[in-house]
Amino acid sequence: MRQFRETLYRWIFTVLAFASLLFLTGIVLTLFRESLPFLVSHEFFDTVLGLYWYPTYDPADFGMLPLITASFVVTLGAMVVCIPVGVGTALFLHELASASQRAVLKPLIEILAGIPSIIYGFFGMIIVAPFIQNLLGVPTGLNAFTASLILGIMATPTVASLAEDALSFVPRSFREASLALGANRWQTLTRVVVPAAGSGISTAIILGIGRAVGETMVVLMVAGGAAVIPDSIFDPVRPMTATIAAEMGETVMGSVHYSAIFTIGLILFFITLAINIVAEIISRRFRLKLGLGR
Amino acid sequence: MQVRNAGCFTRIFSCLLFLLVLVPVVSCSDPEARNTLTIKGSTTVLPVVQIGAEVFMDRNPWAVISVQGGGSGVGIASLIDRTTRIATSSREIKAEEIERARAAGVHPYETIVAMDGIAVTVNPSNPTDNLTTEQIRDIYTGKVSNWRELGGPDREIVVISRDSSSGTFEAFEKLALDGLRVRPDALVTASNQVVNTTVAQAPGAIGYLGYGYLSDRVKAVSVDGVGPSGETIRSGRYPLARPLYLYTDGKPAGEAKRYIDFLTQEEGQRLVQEQGFIPVRQGGRLSGQWYEPQGKSRIFPAASCGESDSPFARPPQRTRRRIENRRPALP
Repeated sequence: MRQFRETLYRWIFTVLAFASLLFLTGIVLTLFRESLPFLVSHEFFDTVLGLYWYPTYDPADFGMLPLITASFVVTLGAMVVCIPVGVGTALFLHELASASQRAVLKPLIEILAGIPSIIYGFFGMIIVAPFIQNLLGVPTGLNAFTASLILGIMATPTVASLAEDALSFVPRSFREASLALGANRWQTLTRVVVPAAGSGISTAIILGIGRAVGETMVVLMVAGGAAVIPDSIFDPVRPMTATIAAEMGETVMGSVHYSAIFTIGLILFFITLAINIVAEIISRRFRLKLGLGR
Repeated sequence: MQVRNAGCFTRIFSCLLFLLVLVPVVSCSDPEARNTLTIKGSTTVLPVVQIGAEVFMDRNPWAVISVQGGGSGVGIASLIDRTTRIATSSREIKAEEIERARAAGVHPYETIVAMDGIAVTVNPSNPTDNLTTEQIRDIYTGKVSNWRELGGPDREIVVISRDSSSGTFEAFEKLALDGLRVRPDALVTASNQVVNTTVAQAPGAIGYLGYGYLSDRVKAVSVDGVGPSGETIRSGRYPLARPLYLYTDGKPAGEAKRYIDFLTQEEGQRLVQEQGFIPVRQGGRLSGQWYEPQGKSRIFPAASCGESDSPFARPPQRTRRRIENRRPALP
């Protein structure tokens, strides 16, 4: 009986574990199948480097460069915000915070991570965008800068908590050895602890990038949505995710436009895949370096 | 330990069993099985069919109507793959959609449920009260980029458009832009409400949106000297007016017919008006157009509002009060 139950559970969980593989395969196949008509009928590099996104006109233009650029600009901007704030938060939590400060800060950061992205979007659109518009005198607050700011705030908890984990993985012996050699607290932190946790912190940052690249609701609401390569960070932009979300609902299913949207999805999928692979490689290196093995 | 593990597994197992039991229950709720009438499509038409469905269900307790948004394209696609009985659309069905429908053995039948005007809005601080269609076209194509060039203050024009696949955009493009391309650096927003918010926030902004979504926070300019109002939109004098459509597979029958009849007659049209749209006609059912498999032309061309012989340009038989009751604006 016990043997039977064990076999049964083993099967159930094997099936459950492979279910996610099944979903992944299904998603990849769907992306490929739906974008195939577009990839067949349009030169891929002409599209990726095309400057104009006019999918519903006749003749239509499917230049995706403005969309791809927008995603990169907004993500880079988000990194400028979330790396200092996120890593700084992690260092503070790990090195300086008293137990009571940690007890307050950690749950608060987790709450920040749990806020639905549409709330960030609302906040950005109603509060931050008009504020930036008045403060800087730009024609509209719905631009790459505001979107970067909000995305950066959104990605901060991811970076902060992963970087904090990385710091706490540094063996106590490293720190003790450094202090024993006469290094002060600052030297120990900058020359021993942070370098040792370096790849872990990089992984945290890369996963934060992944969060920013794939974020949809915030950029849809706050980035302005102009499909043009921005001259400055204060120009409205239209990232890939926002394009998919905005146009999927109204397009004719099975049309070239529909297929083009799936092609954007495919490109986005490969970008996030690359980000995850890089994160995995760095994190593996980090574990080996500290002798934690696998 | 053994016991605790077993308990935990039993719990997970019972959860799985529960899910298995749930699946057939969920799959029972497909449209035909319980005589549910599903309506799906344009977010512009949504408030009308929604309130219509509520009142209709109130009158007919046995009726079950499910209303969903998603967009005109989604609605028509759902009609074609038969996941909805009525598709709502803020644009005419496209030739390629008719093609696909025919291939699937579906024959879209068109009913016009209301008229909608596209209001052109500017920030309240903007002194401009009137724009010609030509000026609007120049602004949207990028020929003009400062209000000074139109006799206003020296202020950069912030052009706000809608997604190129939204029904409002398509109607605006056809009615105001003559199919010309909107300047690529125009802000693109995802909904009528966002247009309101953005125009209200940016002093140099210009936007357009469905008449029913006009809020007090923005100023609607008149176009070619005609301000948007119930009268001017219905009579076709206002240049930027469009019909809103319901599509069914073949002539509406059964529950769908009862619902559409309700919506296009006296009481339904009063609801249309309460939602800020313009009633098409008083009483009586509108005749729709049957798409023959060979593909005949239709009775209602979308951009024919200026023609006096078009059915929805007919003056109302009884004068109606000007519409005051607009759809309340969301934040």
